[in-house]
Order: sequence, then C-alpha cells, then structure tokens
Amino acid sequence: MRATVPVLLALLLVAVMVVAAGIGPYAIAPLEILGAVIRRAGGGEMDAAETVLFQIRLPRVLAAALVGAALSAAGAAYQSLFRNPLVSPDILGVSSGAGFGAVLGILLGLSVAAIQLLAFAGGLATVAVVATLARALRGGDLLVLVLSGIVVGALASAAISLVKVLADPYDQLPAITFWLLGSLAGVTPADVAAVLPFVVVGLLPLVLLRWRIGVLSLGDDEARALGVEAGPLRAAVIGAATLITASAVAVSGVVGWVGLMVPHMARLLVGPRFDRLLPASVLVGATFMVAADTLARSLAQVEVPLGVLTALIGGPTFVWLLARSRRRHLP
Amino acid sequence: MIGRNRCRVLCAVIGLLVVALPATGSAREIADSAGRPVEVPDRISRVFAAGPPAAVLVYMLAPETMIGWPRAPREAASPFLVPSARALPELGRLTGRGDTLGFERLMAAEPDIVVDFGSVGETYRSLADRVTAQTGIPYLLVDGRFDAIPQSLRLAGDVLGVGERGEALAEAAQAIFDRVDRTVATVPDEDRPRVYLARGREGLETGTRGSINTEIIERVGGVNVAEGLREKGGIVQVSPEQVIAWAPDTIIALDRDFTREVGDRPAWRPVPAVRSGRVFTAPALPFSFVDFPPSLNRLVGMIWLLHVLYPDRMPDDLGEQVGAFYTLFYQVDLSDADIDRLLGGG
Repeated sequence: MRATVPVLLALLLVAVMVVAAGIGPYAIAPLEILGAVIRRAGGGEMDAAETVLFQIRLPRVLAAALVGAALSAAGAAYQSLFRNPLVSPDILGVSSGAGFGAVLGILLGLSVAAIQLLAFAGGLATVAVVATLARALRGGDLLVLVLSGIVVGALASAAISLVKVLADPYDQLPAITFWLLGSLAGVTPADVAAVLPFVVVGLLPLVLLRWRIGVLSLGDDEARALGVEAGPLRAAVIGAATLITASAVAVSGVVGWVGLMVPHMARLLVGPRFDRLLPASVLVGATFMVAADTLARSLAQVEVPLGVLTALIGGPTFVWLLARSRRRHLP
Repeated sequence: MIGRNRCRVLCAVIGLLVVALPATGSAREIADSAGRPVEVPDRISRVFAAGPPAAVLVYMLAPETMIGWPRAPREAASPFLVPSARALPELGRLTGRGDTLGFERLMAAEPDIVVDFGSVGETYRSLADRVTAQTGIPYLLVDGRFDAIPQSLRLAGDVLGVGERGEALAEAAQAIFDRVDRTVATVPDEDRPRVYLARGREGLETGTRGSINTEIIERVGGVNVAEGLREKGGIVQVSPEQVIAWAPDTIIALDRDFTREVGDRPAWRPVPAVRSGRVFTAPALPFSFVDFPPSLNRLVGMIWLLHVLYPDRMPDDLGEQVGAFYTLFYQVDLSDADIDRLLGGG
C-alpha cells in the first residue's frame, strides 16, 4: 500500500498542474490548449493564446510547483533534523534575511533580477551568520542554533521595518508590501530556469542522505551508535535546505505555512520515516502550491497575495492535522 | 454703593478687553475643510506641510513660506522648482501612524502653522486636534478631494495670506476642470479609451477603479480596466495574463524603464496598447503628472492626459499649455528644451 502512495501523489500533481494550466482570466478552450502545444512543437511566431500559455501560465504553474516542493522538502528536512514538528524552513532566519535583501533592492530601485539576487544572497548570508554565531557560542548545540536563528531573524525583521519607514510611501512601499506577502504574479520563464538548478542542487544532498537524516531523527547518541556523525550531517542538511528555501523565496517572496504544514500532511500518508517522507512532502507541497496559486490568480481579477492564502488555508489545516495525529507518532 | 462697585468691575473688564484685544487680534479664527475652528496668525512666514500632497499645495501658493519638504524632491526636479525651494531640508511627514517626525522636532522647526491636504476624516481630525493640543501650533486640514481643488486653493490661499494668488489659481484650476468636462462630453461612451495604469518597474501594480491613484484617469473619461474587490479601490497586484484579458488600448506607466522594456517582454506582447505602441510614461518633474503624490500636481496631468487619450480632439499645442501651467502654478519658466525633457518622460 505504502509503495503506491508516491505514485498516486505524482499522478495527482500532474492532474492538478494540467487543470491549473487550463484556468485563467484569458479564456482558452481545452482543445485550443492541445492545439497550441502541438503547434508550439513546430516553432514559429506565437499568437495571443500561445503567449498566455507558454510565457505566463505554464511558467507560473511550474514556478508554483517548484516553490511548493522546495519549501516542503526544506521543512521536512528541518523537522527531522531538529526533531521538532513545529519547525519551518525559516527557523534559521532565511525568510527574514531574504526579505531584507529584497526590500533593500526595492529601496535602491534595482531591477527585478537584482532584487531576486539580493533576496537569495540575503537568505544565504543570514543563515551563514546564524550558523557562525551558534558555533562561536556553543558548537553543535541545537538549542543555541535555534535561538541564534530567532535573534538574527528578528534583527533582519527590524531592518525590514526600517527600510519601510525610509521608503517612498507612494511608490516603493506598495512594492515592499506585495513582496513580503508573496506572489508569483510576475514569474517569467527565465525565473523558473534560473531557480531550477539551485533547487535541484539543494535537493540532491537531501535525497542522497535521506537514510542518515532518518537515523539522525532518532537522536544524536542513537545516530552515533549506528555510525552516523551528527555534526557534519547537520551542516550539510542546513546548507542544502537553506539553498532550496532561499532560491524559492527569491522568486515567490515570503510564503509562510507551506514548509510547516505540508510535511505533516505527508506524514499522515507515509509515516515519519524520512526516506519516505521526503518524496511525499515534495509531491504534496508542489500540488498544494499549484492549487493555492491557481486560487490566488483566479479568485478575483486582482491577485490575492499568496502568503495570505497559504496562511488562511494552512492555519486551520494545521489545527485539523494536530487533532487527527494526537494518537499518532510525531517525528 | 453696590451699584457703583458693579460699574467699576464692569468698566475694568471692558478696559481689560480693550487692552487685550490687540493681542488676540493678531489671530483670526477660520473653519478648515473639516469644520474645525483654527486660530490662524495674521502673519504667516513659516509653514510646515504635513505630507507630500500638502507640500505641493503650499509650494504652489506660497513657496517662500515652506520650511522644508516631507520628502525632498529628487535631484532631477531642481530645475523645475523655484530656487528657494530647491535646497529646503527634508523634515519628515506627520500623518498619524508611521510618522517620521516627532512633535519635539516639529516645535523646534517653529512653524506658524501646519497644513495637511488630503482626507478630512475622523482619523485626521483627531490627529490635527492632538497636534494643536500638544504643541500649540495651529493645524489646518484642507480637503484633498479632486473636485474640491478650487475651494481648497481658496481656503489655503486665504489662510496663508495669499488670497489673490489662491483665487487666481482656483480659477485656473476650474478652467482645467471645465475643459475636461467639455472634451469628455463630446466622446461617446463606446469610444472611451480603456486605460491600464502600470505602476512599478514590472508594471504589475495598478490602482483599481475608484482608487485615488486612478482618479485622474477616470476623471478625464478613461475607463480604468482594473476592477477591484472594493468599490473604493486601492493599489493591487495583477498578473500579465489579467492585463491581456482586460485588453487596455492605452497604458499609462509611472516608471519609464517599464515603458522602455515592455515591448521586449513576450508576456506583454498580446496587449493591444503594447502592440499599437500606446504606452506612455507620465512626466514626473518636479511632481508626477499622475498618481503620486495625489495632489494638485494632477491638474497638469489632466491636460497631458487629454492630449494622450484624445489626440484628435486636442488641436492646441501640449507643450505650450504645460509651459503656461508651470509659469502660473509652479512659478518657473521652462525653455522648449525643458518642456521636451519633461514630456519625454525625463
């Protein structure tokens, strides 16, 4: 039974992506979509429907799947690593750091690509500072690491607030607000192409180390007894998860709840073993995000911020999950 | 006895009043747009504008009284301002929450009066009352609604001691409104331009119908394609696909980088306005013609929009009219080169 779950999840993801690609304010009939795909294979100049499909809608669906998969994988890895079900990918301040990078870019009036790059760099730099700080204080202590993450994350949030005060209230402040609420409205094919390699490079170590990460969730001493050294492994997982999260946040803005909630949903389906949890989280996360983003762009003519939607869906779902899993094993 | 005493007291009171009159006589009481009584000093030489919209109002009426900008204009705006206003310091804004100016700083700047231009709702009334109660500085609220501009110019002109200039500007503003009404009346509903306001570098922020950001577009008869969730409208984010579905025939952009790049962006190619090259950057010197700050700077924006939206109905020269507006309202004389630079989106 459990072996078939990932297959079913993958099928579900494909189905949701196909449906999502068929929904949008620019009406395109299903047959026309099929025709466009076939014509596209022949190349040539794009008409309006093809432009909508290949320049706007499909990149957006792919970006949503990528961001959902990335945040969920990072969340699952962190929850196993910290042996704590309430951990989300931004526990070490990666979102706040990326947010600070982005709003700084907006304040300086940089191009969109430069803003994304600053967000990415801000996320990585913040976690690097946290890790260095924790090591300097008390190497290897998980609690110190988490506390350092909270402190540095709070500093980054304060810096974001400062930038908001300095920003032009008519011009830059709305842009900052929208970025911090998360959105995939402006995603281009180039964005997807730029982010994909980083997410893959970040996912690879998690996939390769999935057994060891699973052992680590038993506790450091047990892991050592089984021949797994906690320190280097933990550093590798944090590096990989940070890379994934920072690249996702750079393209989508700050989107909460996904990395916290999706691993719980996946755990209900496949249990707490990390080697099963990781692929299930990736698939569920991608599916969830594609669905959420489809809602974000089709509930009204204007965009509903993605971060607002994920929080609205995520909060109650999380409570429901907690109620259901009371008698089950948390990781 | 008693009667004589009473008379004495009365006389003393009258005498005191007569003595005190010159002191209170240096101020008069004027009702502001919110109906609040404001003690206005007779001579006003230092005015603090509470926010960017008020700064435009005060600059137009009496630039020599300004003691600073809530936000300093950009370097490029300098040649379009009178010399005394160019180097004024940035003092911060005073708009309720998120102030960047403390009351103590406000007092240190020693303004004779604070002028705010915009909403006269309860929030701003109570803020104005609090500022006056705490600092003793009179605080004038001026109605910032678009159609109230002529009255607002008269009120503020009167308070600032430049009543004649206020009257002249009010008449000129009314003439612009009349011109807009006359022109729009000749355009049948089905010929109204469908306009999208593109904010930001990506052009994916816009003001929905009824928002203060697109008020000017709607006032000159353009149909704002962006329909929002609320009647009142506001700034929202939209996707390129939605813009294609709205199919605007004209795009008014605020960022000239957007205008320059939009033709090269595949996602925007199906938009009619992009295909026909009808993407225009709103001039922004010294203040933007459209959108922000939502103040009197939009008067010249209406002249510009009439030419952009109805080129066939506007036989006269846009540059000439803009030049005349700058001479009257901004008190700067523009050369032809300045006007070209201004209208070229500089």
